[in-house]
Amino acid sequence: MLKTFNKGGVHPEANKLSAQNPIQTANLPKVAIVPLGQHIGAPATAAVAKGDVVKVGQLIGTATGFVSANIHSPVSGTVLKVEDTIDVAGFKKPAVHITVEGDEWIETIDRSATLVTEIKDDAATIIGKIKDAGIVGMGGATFPAHVKLAIPEGKKAEFLIINGVECEPYLTADHRLMLEKTEELLVGVRILMKAINVNKAFIGVENNKPDAIEKLQKATANSPEIEIVPLKLKYPQGGEKQLINAVTGREVPSGRLPIDVNAVVQNVGTAFAVYEAVQKNKPLIERVVTVTGKTVANPTNFLARIGTPVSELIAAAGGNLELTGKVISGGPMMGKAMSNLDSTITKGTSGLLLMSKEESVRPEASACVRCGKCIEACPMGLEPYLLSLYSQKQMWDEEEQNHVMDCIECGSCLFTCPANRPLLDYIRLGKNTVGKIIRSRKQ
Amino acid sequence: MNSLVVSPSPHVRSEVTTQELMLSVIIALIPALVVSVIHFGLGAIIVTLTSVISCLAFEYLITRFFLKKKSTIADCSAILTGLLLAFNLPANLPIGIVIVGAFVAIVIGKMSFGGLGQNPFNPALVGRVFLLLSFPVQMTTWPKPMGFATKYIDGETGATTLAMIKNHFGTVPTDIDLLLGNMGGSLGEVSAVALLLGFAFLLYRKVITWHIPVTIFATVFVFQGILFAASPADFASPVTHLLSGGLMLGAIFMATDYVTSPMSKMGCVVYAIGIAVITVVIRNFGAYPEGMSFAILIMNAVTPLINTYIKPKRFGEVK
Repeated sequence: MLKTFNKGGVHPEANKLSAQNPIQTANLPKVAIVPLGQHIGAPATAAVAKGDVVKVGQLIGTATGFVSANIHSPVSGTVLKVEDTIDVAGFKKPAVHITVEGDEWIETIDRSATLVTEIKDDAATIIGKIKDAGIVGMGGATFPAHVKLAIPEGKKAEFLIINGVECEPYLTADHRLMLEKTEELLVGVRILMKAINVNKAFIGVENNKPDAIEKLQKATANSPEIEIVPLKLKYPQGGEKQLINAVTGREVPSGRLPIDVNAVVQNVGTAFAVYEAVQKNKPLIERVVTVTGKTVANPTNFLARIGTPVSELIAAAGGNLELTGKVISGGPMMGKAMSNLDSTITKGTSGLLLMSKEESVRPEASACVRCGKCIEACPMGLEPYLLSLYSQKQMWDEEEQNHVMDCIECGSCLFTCPANRPLLDYIRLGKNTVGKIIRSRKQ
Repeated sequence: MNSLVVSPSPHVRSEVTTQELMLSVIIALIPALVVSVIHFGLGAIIVTLTSVISCLAFEYLITRFFLKKKSTIADCSAILTGLLLAFNLPANLPIGIVIVGAFVAIVIGKMSFGGLGQNPFNPALVGRVFLLLSFPVQMTTWPKPMGFATKYIDGETGATTLAMIKNHFGTVPTDIDLLLGNMGGSLGEVSAVALLLGFAFLLYRKVITWHIPVTIFATVFVFQGILFAASPADFASPVTHLLSGGLMLGAIFMATDYVTSPMSKMGCVVYAIGIAVITVVIRNFGAYPEGMSFAILIMNAVTPLINTYIKPKRFGEVK
């Protein structure tokens, strides 16, 4: 019996159109627009000004505060301006605009393909390097990696869990990375193990990627400290709490963090970035982005520089915008619909998904028949129909008592509802309002 | 450039719709309908058609001309109510009475509460119980299974198995006859095999889960088993009880009605135990030979309470 998480879950159609397509290096953009806030937490402060000449890998934004991340130039050229831009979600964000000239890298970066397996640095140095390189959670959450690796006083990590689940339909960036950069990834895993001082790591991979599972298992045949855990296909297995449960059977208590069950979770993309940062001195300036969808002629996994305009990658993959009704940054279950294709790739952009006009419009909602399928689907064991109703009626006390704050917004309830009710829309509204009420109480 | 649709996630959804779920239940009822036509002939067809058409008509008229809204008959729930009502009626019931039953089921039992999803009681059972109380003679004059009879009203009539047991008369059919439906009774309740086939289909299509039907079967078996073991002379065997009357039909198709059953699995189990216990009590100690309809309606009334107090277990619940 393959492992999986214990509650709820749904089975959206996988549609991994680009699973067999090797990672391709995307062309450099003409102008790179690099937002200074690409992570959860405070945006970085610009370290360059208009007219400055920058090289690839040079620091252009300095982290402000503990939960923040450095930003490095993904291209070489001249700073055109430091000005607000509209990000993928439609919000204004300060950004460094760089006119690209050539491709000159700073000298400290080791650009050779040589695999460096020996880990010389101690834990503190590793975490320092990860912080300096501006690495954030690359599964899409973009939480600064060094913060997650800093184990709080009085807590202890027992194991590292590497998230290779990629349960979002369509996306194949992590899948390709596991296949093509297996050795580098495993060195990254060992570095992370050293950073949090554990001697056991699990890599969770869903069984719809048998090639990646096989390759990882072969590569770790003589490394009992790293265990590959094939998981039964079920969404949202890539959710942090669900993955910990699937791999270890433990449940992170409501309102607590993975470290409360002695686990630290990092994405495979993050582990690879950690390898490059620690062994090759390379900051986070590029990432794998899956450009896919039914209106894309050649679904492709691009290795793209941060700051590359979305429209350029879509064009490179043969995306037909005439037939496209919706462009999503990320996967179809939790990704954000974009309003502006001039926005650029950031550290958290795992994919660009183009949906046809027909796929883009939600079917009309009808009456709730109280079938209870949303309860069956909820991986957090909540009652989505009830939370949605309380939110609609603005009954915030009841909303809070029914644990709306436990919702991980995975979308399983809305996905499964036979009456097409906008359950998660109302629950988000409720979560937002209840969150504000809770914060106001603490003041 | 064309304008892009911006909407919150998720951007994909399962293809299962309310209409499809209702259709699956209708398909699951077909084997029992076929058996009924074989046993009761023309009467079964007339009663079923009358019931379904009246239910559709009443719902259409109410939504279009009274509420002045878009008609909701496309969701197929009215067809289902009509079928289930017919399944709960004798196959020789006069058409006029069937129409009254459909009126009570749809207009009073469903639409007056706000339509699909809002009714506290199973509409088909509301219709049936109304008829049982209003037309007690016609509602308990059961046609005998006659092969494919072309007579509708004037066929030979007889008692149901449960009535024979209750009043200690007649020859109680064997368990095999009960299984195949070779007995007197409501139109759709007679063949346990056909109903179980429908149950298997519903499980396969994931329309319902096993919780409510299996809990009812198990509880009735255990409770009736205890009575039977204590005094075989006074009480019928649990197998006879499982296979006779409306138990199978009720447990598989009526108690599992989405709208009127609890939301959580644990709640469903409690609800099902309630139905089983009340049914066994009415059958053995009550005034009526059959208690399934009453038991389901009583537990329908308890459902909101169950929903309030029996919650699913949350992930990472902190006591």
